[in-house]
Amino acid sequence: METLLALLFGLLLAAACYMLLARSLPRVILGLMLLGNAANLSIIAAGRVAGTAPPLVERGAQALAAGASNPLPQALVLTAIVISFALTAFVMVLAWATWRAEGTLDPETLRRAEPPALPSTDKEAAAEAEARP
Amino acid sequence: MIASRADWLLALPVLVPLIACALSAALRGRARAQRLVTGSAAAAMLLAAGALVAEVVRRGVIATQMGDWAAPFGITLVADLFSSAMVAITALIYAVTAVQAHADPGVRAEEGLWHPLLAALVLGVAGAFLAGDLFNLYVWFEVMLIASFGLLVLGGGRAQLDAAVKYAVLNLVATTVFLIAVGLAYGLTGTLNLADMARRMPEVPNQGAAAAVAFLLLAAFGAKAAVFPLFFWLPASYHTAAAPVAAIFAGLLTKVGVYAMIRAVTLVFPAGQDWMAPLLWAVAAGTMVVGVLGAAAHWDLRRILSFHIISQIGYMIVGLAVATPFAVAGAVFYIIHHIIVKANLFLVAGAIRRAGGSFSLAALGGLWRRDPWLGILFAIPALSLAGLPPLSGFWAKFMVVKSGFDAGWYVLAAVALGTGILTLYSMLKIWIEAFWKEPPAGAAVVALAGRERWLLLGPVAVLALVTLGIGLWAEPFAAYALAAGEQLTNREAYNRRRARSPPVSRPRPWNLLAWLWLAALFLRELLLSAAAVMRATLSPRLELRPGIVAVPLRLRSAAGVTLLAHMVTLTPGTTALHVSRDRKVMYVHAMDAADPDAVRASIAERLEAPAMRVLP
Repeated sequence: METLLALLFGLLLAAACYMLLARSLPRVILGLMLLGNAANLSIIAAGRVAGTAPPLVERGAQALAAGASNPLPQALVLTAIVISFALTAFVMVLAWATWRAEGTLDPETLRRAEPPALPSTDKEAAAEAEARP
Repeated sequence: MIASRADWLLALPVLVPLIACALSAALRGRARAQRLVTGSAAAAMLLAAGALVAEVVRRGVIATQMGDWAAPFGITLVADLFSSAMVAITALIYAVTAVQAHADPGVRAEEGLWHPLLAALVLGVAGAFLAGDLFNLYVWFEVMLIASFGLLVLGGGRAQLDAAVKYAVLNLVATTVFLIAVGLAYGLTGTLNLADMARRMPEVPNQGAAAAVAFLLLAAFGAKAAVFPLFFWLPASYHTAAAPVAAIFAGLLTKVGVYAMIRAVTLVFPAGQDWMAPLLWAVAAGTMVVGVLGAAAHWDLRRILSFHIISQIGYMIVGLAVATPFAVAGAVFYIIHHIIVKANLFLVAGAIRRAGGSFSLAALGGLWRRDPWLGILFAIPALSLAGLPPLSGFWAKFMVVKSGFDAGWYVLAAVALGTGILTLYSMLKIWIEAFWKEPPAGAAVVALAGRERWLLLGPVAVLALVTLGIGLWAEPFAAYALAAGEQLTNREAYNRRRARSPPVSRPRPWNLLAWLWLAALFLRELLLSAAAVMRATLSPRLELRPGIVAVPLRLRSAAGVTLLAHMVTLTPGTTALHVSRDRKVMYVHAMDAADPDAVRASIAERLEAPAMRVLP
């Protein structure tokens, strides 16, 4: 099972890298989501898939019975999923706002903060660039 | 269990901004009430952080388990000297930024969002400094990140949106890499508690995997700290933020990355990873050089300052690469100095923008003649950044560079010194362009006055006084950093969480006051003995009984003994002839040695005792 998870982790990681390098913001966001899921899988795999029984301690017992799954990675992954959900939502809104403002989602042409010829490396151009609204 | 004082002290720096965040979010639309919340939260956090520092100084490392779950299962908050100092600085920056933001039009337009986001950012930063386990560190990083996203786009300019896209994507990749490293570290050691992990990591059979985890963690924290070659997001985004936002980003955010790097390298992976030192070497040198050259090329105040954040991070990595207790102490001192100075420079940049109408150096000019106070308040942090005595930057650079020379890392130390000179170049460029040059025709000029002037320059003055104070009274801060360095390099302290004996006394050549005192006493001695010799020469009867006296030495350092020997020889009437090989006795020729004990006593009390205070 761990081998399968490890292979899947690798696959997701490769797909995430491919998407992150795309020249389109929505694809980059998809890449981020895949990367987050790869990370979650790595935590599950790292916690060892020992069993599938719910991790509940029996009445009177002091520890989990054999065959129970490891609850800690699940708690961690749950937290990570919530966090990545919120961050993905933010980045999507950001992309939407960018699209409305600039009319493009190509990272190569999104250069308002850093124009291709950086005006601020030239004294006069920097002053002119700032004078423009 | 009844919560003890340590529990409260550890929880308060997190609780206060959390409450402030919730309250100010609920009070959205009521700017006055929000300001009150932020102001009292900053004051409360300053007090809480001060109490935390005092407690850690008194009792050593303290820890608490949230919800009373036993370690290593519960959420652990830990404070040692380093992290409690960082919390205190965070509170200080919180306070000054909150004040200056009142005068920033960009922030005032969005005040409903500014207060909760600022509190959330401080919450994330303070939590990251106190986190005792790796997963919680990740969660605090995310808290900090989401708040910083919001702050970066505050005001909603188009350039800000563009900057936020780059900032968000690159930082999200970095935190996800961090999360993968957390998962792998948990798989290897079966624990997430940092102290527990530190114990188990050397026993992991697969040390190759441990090295991979170490590398992933360094990469993730390195991207947060904006080190070479992972710094691209910083110059692409920081210059677009509103001035107070840029100040708090510049002061705190990258330093959380450096903090995490120092924690990981000194605690979890202290030895056995022999690839780490050369890697950190290259990273440190690259960071310093790239940052300072980037700054030299630019003509926009905020871009210059942004690139200088990067170059200064390199100095901290130098301390981490050398990794002796003194070097780590240097890194700690550097971080403390840098947060104050960098936040201050960005605050001054906001004031310059207000007074001169632009961030661009070509459009600025004549500010010195118009407002000398602004010039002085710029010059103090700028010269401190470049490392000129007697400001805090001098001691910070001194400690880091000295540790490099001591450890034989001459090239790295030379790069650090060269970077300092180029930093001075950039600061002088700003000075000449913005303050000395005649203002260009049509420059928008506003005379800062009244309440606005106080709001803009008050926080700057406070931070300038702090950097001046650290520079002039470096001794307690350096001693604190040295103790923190000892604590960081001695893992047992963090693991056992108990008080350690105070560190042994070391030379304290940075105590300016002690040097001044020594100089004054020596001058007095010089005049008195010159008078005595003159009297003896002029007196008709020769009643002198010259002799050689053996003076037992209490000084132990070679430098101290040399200093004493020179002082004795320079004083008329006595000459130091010889020091025994074991440096325990000095032989002194005295013009009048009728009473050898008096000669010994006068040397011991008048010259050796003050020398002990600077070079024991």
